[in-house]
Amino acid sequence: MHKLTLAAMQRSLESGEFSSVELCQHFLDRTELQNKTLNAFVSITAEQALAEAAAADKKRAAGESLGSLHGLPIAHKDIFCTDGVRTTCGSKMLENFIPPYNATVVDKLKTAGAISLGKTNMDEFAMGSSNENSFFGAVLNPWDTTRVPGGSSGGSAAAVGGRLVPACTGTDTGGSIRQPAAFCGITGIKPTYGRVSRYGMIAFASSLDQGGPLAATAEDCAMLLNEMAGFDPRDSTSIDRPADDYRANLNQPIKGLKIGLPKQYFEAGLDESIASLLQLAIKELEKLGAEFVEIELKNQHLAVPAYYIVAPAECSSNLARFDGVRYGHRCDDPKDLEDLYKRSRAEGFGREVKRRILVGTYALSAGYYDAYYLKAQKIRNLISQDFSQAFESVDFILGPTTPSPAFKVAEKVSDPVAMYLNDIYTIPANLAGLPGVSVPCGDVAGLPVGMQLVGNYFDEARLLNVAHQYQTVTDWHTRIPG
Amino acid sequence: MQWETVIGLEIHAQLATRSKIFSASSTQYGAEPNSQANAVDLGMPGVLPVLNREAVHMAIKFALATKAEIGTRSVFARKNYFYPDLPKGYQISQMSLPIVGTGIVPVELDDGEIKMVGLTRAHLEEDAGKSVHENFHNATGVDLNRAGTPLLEIVSEPDMRSAKEAVAYARKIHTLVRYIEICDGNMQEGSFRCDANVSVRPVGQEELGTRSEIKNVNSFRFLERAINFEVERQIDILEDGGTVVQETRLYDADKDETRSMRSKEEANDYRYFPDPDLLPVQIEDELIESLRASMPELPDARRKRFISEYELSEYDAGVMTADRATADYFETVIDKSGASPKLACSWISGELFSRLNKESLELGESPVDTERFSGLVARIHDNTISGKIGKEILDKMWSGNDNADTIIDNEGLRQISDSSEIESMIDEVIAANPDQLAEYRSGKEKLLSYFVGQVMKASRGKANPGELNKLLQEKLKG
Repeated sequence: MHKLTLAAMQRSLESGEFSSVELCQHFLDRTELQNKTLNAFVSITAEQALAEAAAADKKRAAGESLGSLHGLPIAHKDIFCTDGVRTTCGSKMLENFIPPYNATVVDKLKTAGAISLGKTNMDEFAMGSSNENSFFGAVLNPWDTTRVPGGSSGGSAAAVGGRLVPACTGTDTGGSIRQPAAFCGITGIKPTYGRVSRYGMIAFASSLDQGGPLAATAEDCAMLLNEMAGFDPRDSTSIDRPADDYRANLNQPIKGLKIGLPKQYFEAGLDESIASLLQLAIKELEKLGAEFVEIELKNQHLAVPAYYIVAPAECSSNLARFDGVRYGHRCDDPKDLEDLYKRSRAEGFGREVKRRILVGTYALSAGYYDAYYLKAQKIRNLISQDFSQAFESVDFILGPTTPSPAFKVAEKVSDPVAMYLNDIYTIPANLAGLPGVSVPCGDVAGLPVGMQLVGNYFDEARLLNVAHQYQTVTDWHTRIPG
Repeated sequence: MQWETVIGLEIHAQLATRSKIFSASSTQYGAEPNSQANAVDLGMPGVLPVLNREAVHMAIKFALATKAEIGTRSVFARKNYFYPDLPKGYQISQMSLPIVGTGIVPVELDDGEIKMVGLTRAHLEEDAGKSVHENFHNATGVDLNRAGTPLLEIVSEPDMRSAKEAVAYARKIHTLVRYIEICDGNMQEGSFRCDANVSVRPVGQEELGTRSEIKNVNSFRFLERAINFEVERQIDILEDGGTVVQETRLYDADKDETRSMRSKEEANDYRYFPDPDLLPVQIEDELIESLRASMPELPDARRKRFISEYELSEYDAGVMTADRATADYFETVIDKSGASPKLACSWISGELFSRLNKESLELGESPVDTERFSGLVARIHDNTISGKIGKEILDKMWSGNDNADTIIDNEGLRQISDSSEIESMIDEVIAANPDQLAEYRSGKEKLLSYFVGQVMKASRGKANPGELNKLLQEKLKG
């Protein structure tokens, strides 16, 4: 059952081949068995899920009108607030936080009939590229449990990769959907900034954060995105523009599409075996009629440094609300207010979160603002301009999602810069606000490799179409570990 | 040495929107603690601010009222600092691109001189909550009802040279914001708060002295006192050879003094940066024009019109336009009563206001509305009653629901203007006072008022005073 795609499960539910209760139970059983090893879930809401599944089955039997994801199991990254269900954001700070509201994304998927099996593990406050920064322990890669699943949506990627659940929500601030999708052999899309509401999604870096789906295939991602996307009056940065029907658009021919290959993406730093896998993927797409041209993204090298100013700056402010006053962790017996702040935050946040709060506070400080924050914003504009220029002559940009396949647990923990460079290919799309999808395109010694396609603003439909067309002629996305 | 005082004011006007600036919670004053604080006001994880358009409209109205520049593209910024009543750990405010730019406010001083005070800017921001120290053993309570209430912070240039000028400017802004109905102006409830930046310098010196910022002033009287205290304090320091420290000082009204709250060194680095949760506010000309069309006549223009159209004195016109409610009341009374503006003005500023003052009522709370008040003034105007009787009738109207005509009819208070009736009363009085008559006729003309009083008494106050005077003088001459 778990080998099916979400789309196939939907057909089976419709034909009565199995029920939603059977389907959910099957995944809950797999989770029960494998989560001890993978640690992909922080919370499993089995009882609630089975009750919802039973209700979904009943509704189906009664012939009532059903949402597009009726009875299908999913899981939410633990960054999305869930009414009445603990939402930790991977942090001790929110170890016992139960929100009294749903994130818009959670509401929308629930309304569409999706059933949440639980909340997936993540790097604390979405800060990390290996999922080793979770208060609830590291997540392991289902393909090789000595390796990381990527981050920060590592729990979601590992859960889908290991088929503990067929699809998950995730968030992507600098690659946090695409990089773990690549490491775990699945498909993940970061939509255009503003396409998916951020309401109820705990903020890391507000101008970069964007929610999106992770699933086995582009079609499954399209199914989730169809429900997740859309304007939300509660998020001032969400765009008031109707979303496309992503699933209906998957079968367009891609003949004649122009795809740019940025010179800078294929230079030193890229694992050679990944480079050659990308060449094979390019050949497949050429067979489908796509045309390739080399392009320049000349400010690419500035993306990581600019990102590590902008994201920490915003996070230093976004995380100020975790002060031990109203909710979240509070230290024992504070002496006075300052002690309450200092110890609550010192105890509640992990190392990487503290590092970024410090960096961000510094970057915004009087006397440094112009040199760091303002300069980073200028770089951001340059990077956006590079993309705009590129999209004048090409439809999409193709490159690697990551410089290497999944690395070993603990390999990069002591070297933050090496860790940060993992997101070198994914960060530019966040800085520019562009949509990007990672699609499995091969493996290196049994470890999955992802290729990334970046599209122009609001071009998710065509982006998923290309990914889907590629998946009709390849089978990397069908492979399951073990 | 001769010292010159330099003052600039920062006024926080709470905007009279129904809901908060970034959430749908009510802004009603005085509710149970934390009953008007939703997830956004509490700074819960993941929630986002959504700008209240009405607050933007009110800021634009302020700009129109002060002929200030309108920032057609303004940006919200985060002011970062930790405080228990600041739920997000930052206040959403505006920094480099405020919604209102420079403007000029003409302020009339006591001596009639018009002082032009420069407006530096006015920006939108959210208020913080309140820390509550009573009734918490060894702890502090936090009430977030006020958190997120919209404020317009109005910053002046350091253009004022005395506490009196500062107060005149503050009053002017106070009148203006109430006139255009963007703020209720209630200083007790904190809807209108003034912080004063005060410094002194030797007369003739160009360079500004070191300033202190005085906070916690909740009336105009205290504003004047606090500034005067602070000016003396600074002069004392300088004359003793000391230096003034840049700091924030709190005014203590009980002790009538200012106290140091924090020095510049202790001041926060607020790390302002554009709030990524809110888009820049773009203001279209169309919106500005529609708001302009909805603007009421402003106090200065209305005062000028009252002088030219109604021939009021400068002083009376000032009183009648001190706030919008008074001006509206006045014009309604003229319109309904048909009385002369002068008469209406004197009855409003005299009899009506003194009764309101005595009971600490606002004009809007007056027991006598324009309808009934106009009825009374109309009867004085057409000589049905005298002013003296009018006052008695107003007292009765104050405590009852009858209108003036009913009271006049019921109590037979109609003024006696019939000359034969008055003449016969005069005759009686003259006949009863032969000695006084003789004295009067021998030149003691001051006795006229004695005779007026006697006749008035005989008429039980109903004799038309003009008629009475005229007839009495004729009769006394013999």
